Amino acid sequence: MAKKISIDPITRLEGHGKIEIFLDDDGNVKNAYLQVPELKGFEQFCVGRPVEELARITPRICGVCPTAHHMCSTKALDAVYHVKPTETALKLRRLIYNAFMAEDHLLHFFFLGGPDFVVGPDAPPGERNILGVIGKVGIEIGKQVIDMRRRLRSVITHLGGKVIHPVCGLPGGVSKGLAEDQRQAFLKVAKDAVEFSKFCLQVFNDIVLKNNTYLDLIVGDIFKHQTYYMGLVDENNKVDLYDGKIRVVDPNGKEFVKFEAKDYLDHIIEHVEPWSYIKFPYLKNIGWKGFVDGIDSGVYRVAPLARLNASDGMKTPLAQAEYEKMFDTLGGKPSHHTLAFHWARLIEVMYVSEELVQLLEDKSITNPDIRNLPTETPDEGVGVIEAPRGTLFHHYKTDENGMVTGVNLIVATVNNSAAISMSIAKAAKNLIKNGKVNDGLLNMVEMAFRPYDPCLACATHSLPGKMPLIVNIRDNNKDIVQSIRRD
Amino acid sequence: MPKPKVAFYWCASCGGCEEAIVDLNEDILKVVELVDIVFWPCAMDFKYDDVRKMKDNEITVAFINGAIRTDEQEEMANLLRKKAQIVVAFGSCSHLGGIPGLANFWDRETIFESSYGKGCPSVDNPDGIVPQTVSKVPEGELTLPAFHNTVKSLDQVIDVDYYIPGCAPPPYLTMKAIVAILSGELPEKGAILAPEKTLCDECSLNDSKPEKISIKEIKRISEVISDPEKCFLAEGVICMGPVTRSGCSEEGDGKCISANMPCRGCFGPPPEVKDVGGKMISALASIVGLEGEENMSEEDVEKLINQIVDPAGYFYRFSLPTSLLRRKRMSNPAKEDRYNG
Ligand code: SF4
Ligand code: SF4
Ligand code: SF4
Repeated sequence: MAKKISIDPITRLEGHGKIEIFLDDDGNVKNAYLQVPELKGFEQFCVGRPVEELARITPRICGVCPTAHHMCSTKALDAVYHVKPTETALKLRRLIYNAFMAEDHLLHFFFLGGPDFVVGPDAPPGERNILGVIGKVGIEIGKQVIDMRRRLRSVITHLGGKVIHPVCGLPGGVSKGLAEDQRQAFLKVAKDAVEFSKFCLQVFNDIVLKNNTYLDLIVGDIFKHQTYYMGLVDENNKVDLYDGKIRVVDPNGKEFVKFEAKDYLDHIIEHVEPWSYIKFPYLKNIGWKGFVDGIDSGVYRVAPLARLNASDGMKTPLAQAEYEKMFDTLGGKPSHHTLAFHWARLIEVMYVSEELVQLLEDKSITNPDIRNLPTETPDEGVGVIEAPRGTLFHHYKTDENGMVTGVNLIVATVNNSAAISMSIAKAAKNLIKNGKVNDGLLNMVEMAFRPYDPCLACATHSLPGKMPLIVNIRDNNKDIVQSIRRD
Repeated sequence: MPKPKVAFYWCASCGGCEEAIVDLNEDILKVVELVDIVFWPCAMDFKYDDVRKMKDNEITVAFINGAIRTDEQEEMANLLRKKAQIVVAFGSCSHLGGIPGLANFWDRETIFESSYGKGCPSVDNPDGIVPQTVSKVPEGELTLPAFHNTVKSLDQVIDVDYYIPGCAPPPYLTMKAIVAILSGELPEKGAILAPEKTLCDECSLNDSKPEKISIKEIKRISEVISDPEKCFLAEGVICMGPVTRSGCSEEGDGKCISANMPCRGCFGPPPEVKDVGGKMISALASIVGLEGEENMSEEDVEKLINQIVDPAGYFYRFSLPTSLLRRKRMSNPAKEDRYNG
């Protein structure tokens, strides 16, 4: 009988995603559970506030993606007040949003998820971090990454006041316009971002795609799930991160449904489990069949690869070329290979950078029309946006004075919560055989969830991809046989 | 000589305070030269056990961000208190309770209801399932930490030496604090490592704020197109500048002000202000006046102030847990857990 390793209270710290793996009599994996141990209660404490203040309160759900919450909230405010933002305001919002997507994706590629590949899946954990990446690509490049992020973030600071929790969004527009000299300065940043995106894709190409071992890992079965995919698309079904309709494709790539944000409750519903504070959304019209994939299960996925799967292409030329290359290499669309989320993320960096250039080359972005004042009585509205980690919904209800009476949020990472659990279980099943726990387990388990860039800050409070983690493996007597942790 | 040891830790936080450290950008490389980061769970691999094994006071300074909501966070705060010579409460949540502290307006049952119950329009939960500290699954038993009723600031749990305010704190103040601590040039214990003036004192719009402001009504920011050259209060829009500490930006003007939005007070009060709400009301009362009249009657002032739609949410946006309001009375005091201070 294997001995039990217990964890004393101090090691059961909050903010840990906890994974419990149960074995059967033969020592093979029966099931695995990802538990999220905290809830903050924003839905409740937003009630009673003036609704326009939610754009300044809800970003505190997550300091890693505050701009996504801020913009989504601002869009919900447009809807609550039935006011259309001015043309210039829309351009400015897209400008801020694209700058944010680029810097956030870069953070992930270089600091968090990328190290798995750039440094290598077999490298010791101590090297699979930003320092390891710098070691591989060189200190000069490391400095360039920091500098690129800093400059992209300065765009958000300038227009949004603060890069951590921006404040400029208002119903009908934004609070601050863009001056001509700033437009020129930011255009330079945007052009450099395009060049930098090329460089990132080149790194991915040279280090990952030219290495057959990595490529086999990407297309292998351990990291594969056939699910539905969700993402925002424009009128041509091209990927759009700021606006459009929500399109869902089935595991064969066929359009399942396309709907407007305001109708989200007709299509998405959440399952509750007593063992986690996170909820598990699924497609209402398919139904909850448990933590399984396939066309009969309502589990869907969001975030970069899901967005590309759910679309017919990219709006900008360089990103479109990369989009085609990716699906060619992976054997067609949709791609079910979870590790390809990393690749899709870089293609999105290219897209938002190209669009930044387009926005800033257009001088009309400096026009003074940045606000339409609301004239209608506020009541109810839904905002949707593609956050770096997936489709994000803010749904507000107010009284006739615009005081909040109800809030519902479906946060990006939460959409992926069922899929993340499944990916972890699958990796575990492949790696634990007859009671033997492979040493590479923790690494592989991490590689199974890092593509989703799970931002449990939105539900807990740790940086994405660096989720502190406890894996408990229990035998058939529920005793812990082994406990692996990473803080 | 060995380098001084520094720890960063987060409790109930949004991750923004961690990003605020990453935003030191190139400066982080300087910091790494001067100190050994012995513990930074979000960015580097360290074990909690390593901290436990340390000698008391072995860490020079621990920066702790986020509010306190659970036993585990409280335990970790206590552990770091023992191991560190200096504890700095980093950011509004740790300093004052922060935005998550707004949850203190409600109790756990209400919060669960709005997340998992009928209060949430997107859940399918006919059996009324809510997360449990212990639950059975076919394969065995799973446990979750309890969700406590009350959010606390760090100094409601442990002794705190210094505070760095802000949601999130600006990198320049963090850098200054690190330099001061390393050079031993420390202010008296309990100090807030930020300027002492108010945001208004430093605000370039202050000149446009007349001694007496004639406002007939309080307006919401959603209702006006505000003039970027004009003080918000002069336009009748609530701005917390008079009762907020300056320093959120190195340039003087508040960061939000520079985006043409009013301040919401994330830096907390300047030294002389004990109760932000009371002070804000008296500040408003002393500056408002109707056109043509030197002073408004007390009744008129009261009427005007009654137009503020959500005084608690404006005045205590970042500080409910440490404010005089503390928390809403529980409907059923028996439900309160031991976290209620
Ligand atoms: S102070 Fe602000 S940035 Fe820091 S953890 Fe709290 S909410 Fe996040
Ligand atoms: S009230 Fe606000 S806008 Fe007016 S001077 Fe003070 S900080 Fe500036
Ligand atoms: S202006 Fe006020 S709310 Fe905004 S960052 Fe500064 S202190 Fe905080």
